Amino acid sequence: MSFDFKNKVVLITGAGAGLGYACAQAFANAGAKIAITDISQEALNSAVADLQNTGAEVLGLLNDAGDSADVNAMLDAIVERFGCLDIAVNNAGTATPLQEFHEVGEAEFDRVMGVNLKGVWLCMQAEIRQMLKQGGGRIVNMASATSRNTFPNASPYVTSKFAVAGLTRTVAVEYAQRDIRINAICPGNVATPLVVSLVEDLSVLATKHAIKRLGTPEEVANGVMFLASDLSSFSTGSLLEVDGGWNAI
Amino acid sequence: MKLENKVVLITGAGGGIGQAAVRKFVAEGAKVMLADLGTEDTQQLVNEMGPEHCACVAVDVSQDDQVENMVNACVKTFGGIDVFVANAGVEGEIGDIMSTDVSNLDKVLAVNVRGVWLGLHYVIPVMRDGGGGSIMITSSGAGVQGSPNTACYNASKHAVIGLMRCAALEVAQFGIRVNTVNPGAVETRMMTSIEDGFTEVGAGDFRALVEAGTPLGRYGQPNEIANMMVFLGSDDSSYCTGSVYMVDGGNAT
Repeated sequence: MSFDFKNKVVLITGAGAGLGYACAQAFANAGAKIAITDISQEALNSAVADLQNTGAEVLGLLNDAGDSADVNAMLDAIVERFGCLDIAVNNAGTATPLQEFHEVGEAEFDRVMGVNLKGVWLCMQAEIRQMLKQGGGRIVNMASATSRNTFPNASPYVTSKFAVAGLTRTVAVEYAQRDIRINAICPGNVATPLVVSLVEDLSVLATKHAIKRLGTPEEVANGVMFLASDLSSFSTGSLLEVDGGWNAI
Repeated sequence: MKLENKVVLITGAGGGIGQAAVRKFVAEGAKVMLADLGTEDTQQLVNEMGPEHCACVAVDVSQDDQVENMVNACVKTFGGIDVFVANAGVEGEIGDIMSTDVSNLDKVLAVNVRGVWLGLHYVIPVMRDGGGGSIMITSSGAGVQGSPNTACYNASKHAVIGLMRCAALEVAQFGIRVNTVNPGAVETRMMTSIEDGFTEVGAGDFRALVEAGTPLGRYGQPNEIANMMVFLGSDDSSYCTGSVYMVDGGNAT
């Protein structure tokens, strides 16, 4: 079971760092042609350069997943460069510092939902329109262990990830007979730049997991590749946990 | 190769999913101990794959001493256990709760739950002493859903999810991961038997019902289930434990 994505065109949103970058790296190592997006030009440039240094064919696109015009332009650019889109990993997402629910500002709620939910919604719409034209495709959405578990003081984030799971499952059923498989990956806590910027004491996060450590970006990327490959040919609308046993507790 | 030099012990190795899994495990470099009620089917597979890759042992998983013997045989032959696939299972009699006999419940629970418990009981110390491993239990779509006329089977498949969650929490400290694989309807003898059972009790065309309720619109193939088993048995799933892994064409969605 080596992952072989030779010549497949793979989009990963929010791939400037963290889980997205790890996925881009993994797909590139497996032979794919990569399109990555990020909201930060600096992160994007750095990621593109690093990936190209490993010999990968990479298209970098500055993109706000929560903006439909931007998202449509993103798809156009990918099709223009590569001719099609085989696999999309809707990873762009954000989180917030821990805060009690009654203190969360409305603007913060809108911001988190705008990226984590609406961003996935808009990207999936554009991706599916293209995949319908070409006769099939694979989508992996970045959900979370919090799609099925609680994380007190992270209410906007948990709400958005629960919603992404529902979106994934319902839309998967709609397109199942048209060779578009849609699944979600549910990572536990991973020490990505986003997480490190928001949580002071990572050891507290580790206690949530039966395995008592944080996951690595590579572990999450392995799960994403499994869902994107033909090895998961009988899976659609599923939620694949990579959470170190969080959801058993 | 994802399972190079790993030793895999798999029960129900002679069945549809079992055989597909054995083939995949061997292709990925593993040594495999095939365990099943009889040795007719498993011996044939051993002959085909080669005795340098596989061996077989007879076991009734509902029997304490036989499961102990099975685990000992695996350790004696291959030196340890890295991956345990608790896959042996029976469908039981098809029929509704008020019309079937409690003996059906006893039979199904004995193989599908007691058999899994016994496997965990004897395998875990071996894995702990070996420094870790991966355990997967074959549950089912029936482990997360209900359906008329299969109550004992569904109850047993729900039960092993509970067992899995507890085991995962207990053995994480030993570097052992525990998960379930939940196939939907798969092209095997067991499914044919279930289909016939449904016809016999006048409960309709089982295959048509399942296909209509499955987004991918078809049964699964045994090798599709085996692919998930290789993922869970390999280091690709190193952060995966305590979880339920569906391979059901979206049926539970």
